[in-house]
Amino acid sequence: MSRLEIIQQSCDLCGLCVEECPFDALAIVEGWLRVGEGCVLCGVCVEKCPADALCIVEEREREERDLGSFSGVWVLAEQSAGRIHPVTFQLLGKGRELADRRGTCLCAVLVGDDLGAAAKALCCFPVEKIFVAQHPSLARFRSGTYAAALAELIERERPEIVLCGATSMGRAFLPRVAALVKTGLTADCTGLEIADEEGLLLQTRPAFGGNIMATIVCPRHRPQMATVRPNVLPTLEPGRLRDVEMVRFTPSGGAIESAVEVLEVCEKQTDAVNIAEADVVVSGGRGVSSAQGFGLIRELAQELGGAVGASRAAVDAGWIPYPHQVGQTGKTLQPKLYVACGISGAVQHLVGMQSAGKIIAINQDPEAPIFRVADVGLVGDLHVIVPRWIERIRRRRAADGPNNSAGASAPPPGHGEGRS
Amino acid sequence: MKIAVCVKQVPDTTRVEVDPETKTLVREGVESVLNPLDTFAVEEALRIRQGLGGTVTAITLGPPQAERMLRQVLAFGVDEGVLVSGREFAGSDTWSTSYALARAVETLGGFDLILCGKQAVDGDTGHVGPELSVHLGLPQATYVRRMREIEPDHAVVERLTDAGYEVLRVPLPAVMTVVKDLNEPRLPNLEDLFRGRFAPLKRLGRQEIAADPAQIGLDGSPTRVVEIFSPSVERAGRIYEEDLGAGIAQAVRLLEEEGLL
Ligand SMILES: Cc1cc2nc3c(=O)[nH]c(=O)nc-3n(C[C@H](O)[C@H](O)[C@H](O)COP(=O)(O)OP(=O)(O)OC[C@H]3O[C@@H](n4cnc5c(N)ncnc54)[C@H](O)[C@@H]3O)c2cc1C
Repeated sequence: MSRLEIIQQSCDLCGLCVEECPFDALAIVEGWLRVGEGCVLCGVCVEKCPADALCIVEEREREERDLGSFSGVWVLAEQSAGRIHPVTFQLLGKGRELADRRGTCLCAVLVGDDLGAAAKALCCFPVEKIFVAQHPSLARFRSGTYAAALAELIERERPEIVLCGATSMGRAFLPRVAALVKTGLTADCTGLEIADEEGLLLQTRPAFGGNIMATIVCPRHRPQMATVRPNVLPTLEPGRLRDVEMVRFTPSGGAIESAVEVLEVCEKQTDAVNIAEADVVVSGGRGVSSAQGFGLIRELAQELGGAVGASRAAVDAGWIPYPHQVGQTGKTLQPKLYVACGISGAVQHLVGMQSAGKIIAINQDPEAPIFRVADVGLVGDLHVIVPRWIERIRRRRAADGPNNSAGASAPPPGHGEGRS
Repeated sequence: MKIAVCVKQVPDTTRVEVDPETKTLVREGVESVLNPLDTFAVEEALRIRQGLGGTVTAITLGPPQAERMLRQVLAFGVDEGVLVSGREFAGSDTWSTSYALARAVETLGGFDLILCGKQAVDGDTGHVGPELSVHLGLPQATYVRRMREIEPDHAVVERLTDAGYEVLRVPLPAVMTVVKDLNEPRLPNLEDLFRGRFAPLKRLGRQEIAADPAQIGLDGSPTRVVEIFSPSVERAGRIYEEDLGAGIAQAVRLLEEEGLL
């Protein structure tokens, strides 16, 4: 049995580990550091101990898989009705980098039915191979059939790394795949790096509600699997259409049976849902003060041709519905420009928008943490600043003349003609 | 209907903070609580029991201290609490946690419906529900936001997706994970609180659930945490306080540079 061991002669009883332990499992008792029942071997104390007085001793009688026999980096290309999910192009960029680092190939994997168009679209990306798991029973996403098909393909082809978007689809079926092939899965990664010669994948992700970041590895099982948050990695632009090897795969009978039936799919694409793909997002937080207050946020968003986001505080207050929420428990965005109005900048919010190209923050509290991530910070009442800013934008547009307003949507009705 | 709810004891993450000076976790006075997202699973189980009759069992894998959280759950009116515990389970990642829960479910004779919260707010993975369903060989529905229909042999549920929702017909027994839109959890009354405090708990160890020692705890976990650090994001931006006019001008200039004007 693995356990946490204390090297008592190194321990100088500084107590840091006792404070840091997320499970209150460490205590100093009569001049000795003791491990209590609550220890879950999370390793926080080992990491934090300045005297290196703690270590986790593992027992290794596990069966070791032949790790060297796994090769190739796979990206699951999520598609729906032939449209490839944008996170795929972000994963392909990172996948290429990891594959090059490992000196191995990058493969895209499609699961579904009628995949011709999607497969062709993938040929514009630097992949060596495309696996096409196609069957009429895979036409609609069902976690059972998709997981069984992918698990079967993994067992056959033995990739060393499998990446998938942390979407409602990826998060529902990748854990099934991990359980089926018995390997580790790291959820919602924001960073991926190869550590060493053995090709250990360092998977970094937020935990404890975004309050800490953790790096996770999967040392003795393959493939190393991770779901990755949409919009944290840069997007790979398509290149020229190339000839790519296609490997067709028909899942076995057992894999395509599922007792679950999809009766109906309802996808209402409101602007809210689109915030994840918008170039400009203007968000409001508690500082907006009311549902009506969001009118101003909407006006600014419209002026910039963008979508409206919100902090959890604004969503919880009922001023705007949940699909607009940005952050740890909402959406992750990577717009060219993010504007935060009356948002304090809690880590849980930052997780969702910190990889934006540029960030402008408006807040009346000069100490608000949002200013630490801002490119331009404006200290003051948003109800004063936002209208002034809109005014300046309109004046600027008017000065440029009506033909020169490319890039933004039409000004809102009633404010159309430049009146200056 | 025999219903199980898998619940987890988590640190109160709303109060976990990073000290800006030392860049370490400030945990003073942070308590362990029932994973908030599990309350919706507990509530739904109780509502189903109300409609169809049967029992609700809450199962947790955790240290002995998780008993307090389990009693909190019993106070909602859950029939039975089961604490799967033992030093061998320490270090479990989602794979070995779901394996141990599956063994516990089987030891308890199986259930018609097993409900889990969407994810636990400490690890935030959402893996345990789907992995549990694989270990049990049962169908799953994740992110359930509405139960349209529930009968002894099947359920029709709405599953939240990124772009809306889908309606699934799921035969029972099955594993489902639920989101907070599903219901409004009740508050326990005094009588329930009293009952919860003294209700008997079942404790199961590794041997009782016949778990393979190589599949549980750190030994059975494919993943390892190798580093923990506080998130740091800083930009060398400029903050305008007195000179707001200049700041707004700068904001307009930035729009121009980004091609937004
Ligand atoms: C597990 C977990 C998950 C979470 N997930 C998310 C998530 O996904 N997304 C998210 O956003 N949060 C999330 N949170 C909540 C997060 O911790 C914060 O509570 C939340 O982001 C705060 O929202 P806010 O900035 O709007 O409100 P506050 O923190 O209250 O800040 C309001 C700000 O507005 C400023 N202000 C007030 N009036 C004005 C005015 N007139 N003009 C200018 N400025 C003004 C104030 O100075 C203040 O800085 C999560 C928390 C936990 C524990």
